[in-house]
Amino acid sequence: MSRNPLIREVPPTSWYFRHPLYLRYMSREITSIFIGAYCVLLVVGLQRLAAGPAAWEGFVTALQSPASIVFQFLCLVAAFYHAATWFNATQKAMPLQIGEDFVPGNVISGAHYAAWAVLSVVVLFFTGVF
Amino acid sequence: MKERLVQLEVLRYNPDTDTEARFQRYEVTCAEEWVVLDALNKVKADIDPTLNYRWSCHMAVCGSCGMMINGEPKLSCHTFLRDYEGVIRVEPLVHFPVERDLVTAPDDFMEKLKRVKPYIIPKEKKPISEGEYKQTPAQLMKFRQYSMCINCMLCYAACPEYGLTPHFIGPAALTLAHRYNQDSRDGGRKERQEVVATHEGVWECTFVGACSESARRTSTPRAPCSR
Amino acid sequence: MAKSHKPVVWFPFAAGGTVIAFCIPVIVLLTFLAALGNVPAGLSYEKMHAFAGNGLGKLIIFGVVALSLWSSAHRLRCTCYDFGIRADTLVATVLYIAAIVLSIAAAMFLLRI
Ligand code: SF4
Ligand code: FES
Repeated sequence: MSRNPLIREVPPTSWYFRHPLYLRYMSREITSIFIGAYCVLLVVGLQRLAAGPAAWEGFVTALQSPASIVFQFLCLVAAFYHAATWFNATQKAMPLQIGEDFVPGNVISGAHYAAWAVLSVVVLFFTGVF
Repeated sequence: MKERLVQLEVLRYNPDTDTEARFQRYEVTCAEEWVVLDALNKVKADIDPTLNYRWSCHMAVCGSCGMMINGEPKLSCHTFLRDYEGVIRVEPLVHFPVERDLVTAPDDFMEKLKRVKPYIIPKEKKPISEGEYKQTPAQLMKFRQYSMCINCMLCYAACPEYGLTPHFIGPAALTLAHRYNQDSRDGGRKERQEVVATHEGVWECTFVGACSESARRTSTPRAPCSR
Repeated sequence: MAKSHKPVVWFPFAAGGTVIAFCIPVIVLLTFLAALGNVPAGLSYEKMHAFAGNGLGKLIIFGVVALSLWSSAHRLRCTCYDFGIRADTLVATVLYIAAIVLSIAAAMFLLRI
């Protein structure tokens, strides 16, 4: 019997419309654009800091422009979204076995969330937000 | 017995005469509690004997009846008609070549499974006289969840990465490699790593997570990906 | 089948992903507060300078920035691929080089403080 299989191509630029799960994945991917841009901003901030008090004040003032506020807000959303997806993935990425049983996934993720909350509060405390 | 009129839209492809696939509509009366596979069987028996598809066990253990049902990779023997409304669209698993109608070619999948050396490679061979290789329940639990794969290929149909990058070794093969790597009797991790840790291997995984969502309750691909 | 160089890329990526998840949200929160006009006391020049001035502070800042940059570069590369940009080698080279250059720049600024 001769074979004549039909090959169905996956559209490389629009495949993610096939399934809501793929769309969710792509929205997580897009957060990387904002995080990447934010990292560049951090490096710029360091440069300003190194350049002296006046440069730093200028940097902080520049942060307060409307465009910057929008950008910061988007980054904030992206950062939290990324953190949540990352912590949810940890339970799959590092299963923990104690004796015969595996520690339930949500305990692992929960521990990460807790550590995250503590760390964030500590940082906020030391920077004088509270 | 409660009955239900089911409309199926099935992808048809005849390799001898067709250059393209087409959809064919069937209408069958089914029992309320039937699964999609039952409906296909009824179509084949009463309406169209030329319809081709694979199945065997009808109880979600053999892994041969995977198809796309309304766009989701599913075992058709495990997918209840009552969970669907309107026309049910049935297609062969995506990302695999269509052999005929709902039958896909598993060659690539099989080749990939074989590549990870899915058998125990003992750390050191011992003569039979020394007795068996022992394993504690805890050691068994370590890999048990990864040993449940029924080779249904649903995770490959779900994985966009496999669709985009066909050389990606894919979820089931990674899970299978992990299953043996985690086995206390096995010493083949290094050999397997040569396959898993290559370009085609685990680094292609981008954690879409679709494979686990598609998998039936038994096996969990994705878990091993990160290691 | 050559053994992949990808672990070299991947492990900093995973570490960076964790750092991003743990640290970046608060940092963005701080700068967002600053953007809204109530600059947290910790972002004043003296405080920042003092923090970046000692060795441990430098190390923390560099670790966070460099790992985040690397991780973002890797994720951007995957994102490009997923959106159908198939020139993967080019994209990867550009992004990784950018991450390395920016990391070195960050280190230089830090040493100047
Ligand atoms: S890992 Fe799960 S979904 Fe994939 S082939 Fe095996 S049983 Fe099917
Ligand atoms: S027929 Fe065996 S799994 Fe469905």
